[in-house]
Amino acid sequence: MIDQAPNNLLTVRDLNVTFNGARTLQALHGVNLTLAPGETLGLLGESGSGKSVTLRTLLRINPPQRTVVSGSIMVDGQDVLALQGPGLSRYRGAVVSMVFQESGLAFDPVYTIGQQMTEMIRAHEPVSQAMASARALQMLDRVQIPQARRRMAAYAHELSGGMRQRAMIALALCCQPKLLLADEPTTALDATVQIQILLLLRELQRELGMAMIFVTHDIAAAVEISDRLAVMYAGRIVEQGSVEGVLARPAHHYTRGLMASTVSAEMRGKPLAAIAGAPPDLAQLPPGCAFAPRCQKATDRCRADVPPLGSANGEAQHQVACWHPALGSPVVAAEPETC
Amino acid sequence: MRVLEPKPRGAGAQLPPTEDRGGPAQPLLSVKNLVKHFPVRDPFWVRERRVVHAVDGVSFDVAKGETLGIVGESGCGKSTTARLLARLLMPDSGSLVFDGDGVGESGGLPLTAYRRSLQMVFQDSFASLNPRMTIEDTIGFAPWVHGLSHSATVARSHALLERVGLLPAQFAARYPHELSGGQRQRINIARALALQPRLLVLDEAVAALDKSVQAQVLNLLQELKREQGLTYIFISHDLHVIQYLCDRVMVMYLGQVIEIGPVGQIYSAARHPYTLALLSAVPSMDPTRRTAKPPLAGDPPNPISPPSGCRFRDRCPRAEAVCASSVPALTTLAALPSGASEGLHEVACHMSIAGSGHSAAPALKQLEAA
Repeated sequence: MIDQAPNNLLTVRDLNVTFNGARTLQALHGVNLTLAPGETLGLLGESGSGKSVTLRTLLRINPPQRTVVSGSIMVDGQDVLALQGPGLSRYRGAVVSMVFQESGLAFDPVYTIGQQMTEMIRAHEPVSQAMASARALQMLDRVQIPQARRRMAAYAHELSGGMRQRAMIALALCCQPKLLLADEPTTALDATVQIQILLLLRELQRELGMAMIFVTHDIAAAVEISDRLAVMYAGRIVEQGSVEGVLARPAHHYTRGLMASTVSAEMRGKPLAAIAGAPPDLAQLPPGCAFAPRCQKATDRCRADVPPLGSANGEAQHQVACWHPALGSPVVAAEPETC
Repeated sequence: MRVLEPKPRGAGAQLPPTEDRGGPAQPLLSVKNLVKHFPVRDPFWVRERRVVHAVDGVSFDVAKGETLGIVGESGCGKSTTARLLARLLMPDSGSLVFDGDGVGESGGLPLTAYRRSLQMVFQDSFASLNPRMTIEDTIGFAPWVHGLSHSATVARSHALLERVGLLPAQFAARYPHELSGGQRQRINIARALALQPRLLVLDEAVAALDKSVQAQVLNLLQELKREQGLTYIFISHDLHVIQYLCDRVMVMYLGQVIEIGPVGQIYSAARHPYTLALLSAVPSMDPTRRTAKPPLAGDPPNPISPPSGCRFRDRCPRAEAVCASSVPALTTLAALPSGASEGLHEVACHMSIAGSGHSAAPALKQLEAA
């Protein structure tokens, strides 16, 4: 159906997602993504930019009645959008697994952590209860939960936030998926616990050789863990490239704005270079570049036509969707912009 | 100075301003030994009455015109402290002195007057607005309660809307659900300013906002502070924002203050191992210098039964026997570098207390010589 480079674990081509309901809105517009085995992609964006929708579409957990999906998703040679019934169940959890932001809501409150983990293992593999239990215990140890045997019998509400997030990661990794989707797993945690979870994910990812998509709105957390970065805005990927490339030479004005408005010590006493305006309403997107109304460099062309993703700074890996990309220059702190 | 004298009730009437009394040298707010324990609801057969030690003996001063930052992990008592300051909770013990007057004491400042002088902005911008009141009514409600006429409150709420960057003609008649998160937080700030307070307590006020919107709100807060001579208590777990905005920083752990000092001093020469761990837990923005080892293991201990002695000792890499046996008091560091005039640097750690018995503590004689 589509050409999938043999060395890619994940290939997403021209993915469009539209939700029908009280009002219709298109959450994703022609998203293209590739991911090599063992690679970590940091997906950056503000609320409503389509980060979580992308992950949910990859796992096919959007409400089917109300979601219209077009395009293609290939994971490990399987056409994900064509999966049905038992095939889809086998795919979820065993090939691709997900860690959610709200670990308190993602666990079932009336079953213990151990019951949920063994259920998951036995749903995917023909092993005995005792075997599954032993595997679950091993996995809880692996994510550095102290007194793992006791925690097996604990309910989700009996664990602290950091511990629950570790248990969540253990649950997601039970069946050794090839791709882990992490949807803001550290946002709700304290800084000291956040760094523990980030380092744990990085270590597990290397050891198990799985690929990961790490969704966040925190650039610093993405930099800490990713090999590549993709920046989303209003349902489109507006810039992607290696972490080093994007950080050193951000080409899209939104990325530059995000980096300039990130608070740092050198900015003390000076006003922050905030991006004026607010993210657009997905139901009423402007006809051209969605960022044009907030962009200082916008011209008539930006307001009329949507810019395609093209190479930036002469690097094949670094792509940007902008008619007037900023080329080759690092971000200067405090560009003169005020709200 | 009784702020609430018989109230004027005509159009265009204004509330009397809350005036400065003690002069610039007197702290605006002085907090002494604030304690709040919440009882745990155990079943009846549990004999022992247990309590959550939410805030356990917190004392600090807020100088006029400064921004005091409060940092710490969740559950360390930051928000409870804020609620105690605003008297949304009654403290078990301890006192508040606002510009020289005891708050709520006989002969001191009455609570109504105190609440006009201190206002609060909360983290959840949606939950803190009444969903059935328009923006205009929300902002004007407190001045109306304090005696302004309806037309005067409308005029004031329109002026405030304009000031926080929302067009009154477009926004005044809207309801909270019709606004974005950043707009709602601007409304909350406008509402807090409607009584012309002198002290604003911002409890994680920018934490729930997107990064690009967060910068706008931070800029607005700084402009308002300059224009109206406000004093801020800024509570956050984001160390970047604290460093950017605050003059002094107070670090809390399990209901106690463990370190307090000028922002430069805390960020360059913190002394408490917990503060050091917090600072090194911030991800670096440099992919070539990634964090290799988490600075702290585990979660904060249970505030129902905090560890004996120093409450940080079971996570501290340098804990010794003395840390379990005696509670370190908040101690002023004697050796402050020259030029540090903004405030004292105080630490509650046995390693910084001379003669405490910790192997890394300075000897008593050395200190006297210096």
